[in-house]
Amino acid sequence: MGIGGSDMYRQQILDHYKNPRNYGEIEDPTYSHTGENPMCGDTIRMDVVLDDDDETIEAVAFQGDGCAISQASASMLSEQLHGMAVADLQEMDRDDVIDMLGVDISPMRVKCAVLAEKVAQDGAGIYFGDVDLEKTTTEDDE
Amino acid sequence: MGLSETDALDVEGIRADFPILQREFDGEQLVYLDNAATSQTPEPVVDAIVDYYHTTNANVHRGLHQLSQEASIAYEDAHDRVAEFIGADGREEVVFTKNTTESMNTVAYAWGLAELGPGDEVVMTEMEHHAALVTWQQIAKRTGAEVKYIRVDDEGYLDMDHARELVTDDTEMVSVVHVSNTLGTVNPVSELVDLAHDHDALAFVDGAQSVPHMPVDVGEMGADFFAFSGHKMCGPTGIGVLYGKEHILEEMQPYLYGGMMISKVTFEDSTWHELPWKFEAGTPVIAQGIALAEACDYLDDIGMDNVKRHGEQLAEYAYDRLTETGDVEVYGPPGDDRAALVSFNLGDVHAHDTSEILNEFAVAIRAGDHCTQPLHDKLGAAASARASFYLYNTREEVDKLVEAVDATRELFA
Repeated sequence: MGIGGSDMYRQQILDHYKNPRNYGEIEDPTYSHTGENPMCGDTIRMDVVLDDDDETIEAVAFQGDGCAISQASASMLSEQLHGMAVADLQEMDRDDVIDMLGVDISPMRVKCAVLAEKVAQDGAGIYFGDVDLEKTTTEDDE
Repeated sequence: MGLSETDALDVEGIRADFPILQREFDGEQLVYLDNAATSQTPEPVVDAIVDYYHTTNANVHRGLHQLSQEASIAYEDAHDRVAEFIGADGREEVVFTKNTTESMNTVAYAWGLAELGPGDEVVMTEMEHHAALVTWQQIAKRTGAEVKYIRVDDEGYLDMDHARELVTDDTEMVSVVHVSNTLGTVNPVSELVDLAHDHDALAFVDGAQSVPHMPVDVGEMGADFFAFSGHKMCGPTGIGVLYGKEHILEEMQPYLYGGMMISKVTFEDSTWHELPWKFEAGTPVIAQGIALAEACDYLDDIGMDNVKRHGEQLAEYAYDRLTETGDVEVYGPPGDDRAALVSFNLGDVHAHDTSEILNEFAVAIRAGDHCTQPLHDKLGAAASARASFYLYNTREEVDKLVEAVDATRELFA
């Protein structure tokens, strides 16, 4: 119990929350997309640069505000996406996100954990004309 | 006075009535501070439910057999008991609903849709719970009426000058929350009721956070409608109360139709049963109603004045302890002038993170917008953490809350 036993807040999560990687924005990204959890107030914007063939992710930056889970998840995802095929991003599901976080996520917090992933996926979906969304939310999920 | 007790209550004796408080999570004893969401249920109330199902269960009103008669009498008497608890004139003024929200919707649909139209105004407050805010907002959209909100000032009090500006002869309804579930503010509802009546408007007071925590006399208050929930006052879930002045309920048409609420039915038309049954369509909340009456007995035995003082003392202690370090923002009025809750944020830490860490210490609080999103927008916070107290909480539990907040601070530093 106490701080040492606090699974959800293992050092890695707190480290990414306090020192987010790839935080900021990219000038002229291939696509940029924003999402939020209205109930929590979590927001994430992701800027993504694809290679000339639109197949591989070359650069990612994010900005956001919200709880430690949502922001750390965005930071960790931004590292993982670097060099990833867009097709592989689109294949990701919530189990992949939870594996990436490496901690137990309580059911109430899953939507915080998957927000960044949804933003990155929906942004790509809009860019390729597969989905038509103003904004991403995770409220309707699960 | 021991540390575990404020001077108002024998907390140790009370805690014995609530076995759930003995639960442990990974060796830490539960510290239950989410009472504004729902209170725990004492054994006499649980026993009333069990006893009802063991000995009396039957459908009410229409049965001529012995069980049905006993169930009917117990269910009807429960209305009298609740009426007495809040100072209503009798069962005619007490409608059992599902919860405060359904009580609000009953008036909004039954009265609002019939009476409101373009040019009419409904005045609420910026600290209104969504139960009232969303309901009147949507009824206004359907009827062409307009909603207005009395400002909340920086200290968390209603701006009464603004209230006097907003309530005019165009106002048809003044719907105000008695005690803010977010700020802990106790609003001057009698003054607001008078203001409404000065302009021939009706007044609806949302008592979800007041009835469990203080003596309430709706007659003295003068409200035309008043609503509250059973599960926040030691009663079961699934039951709420709508109080209405008899002559107003008499004139209102029912909002739900069906069995139980009728007098004579033909293929062409129907007439309505007498109050309050006219507003209780279908098989009602029988076990819950009987248990709510038991909850009223339980609270009256302890004394609502004592419950009030105990809650205020805990809230003031929590306010003082949480603000010691200077990095915790507590929303609402000062510690010595609030109901039994404190909503706060620790620095930049998101309230959900705070709540999650507190949970590691078995400290149960609520984090979110507490069904007051527009108020949170005004406070500039997406969410807040809320500790809310009741008659079984102790100063040691407040200390545990503060220790857990200290640990959260350390973790996020």
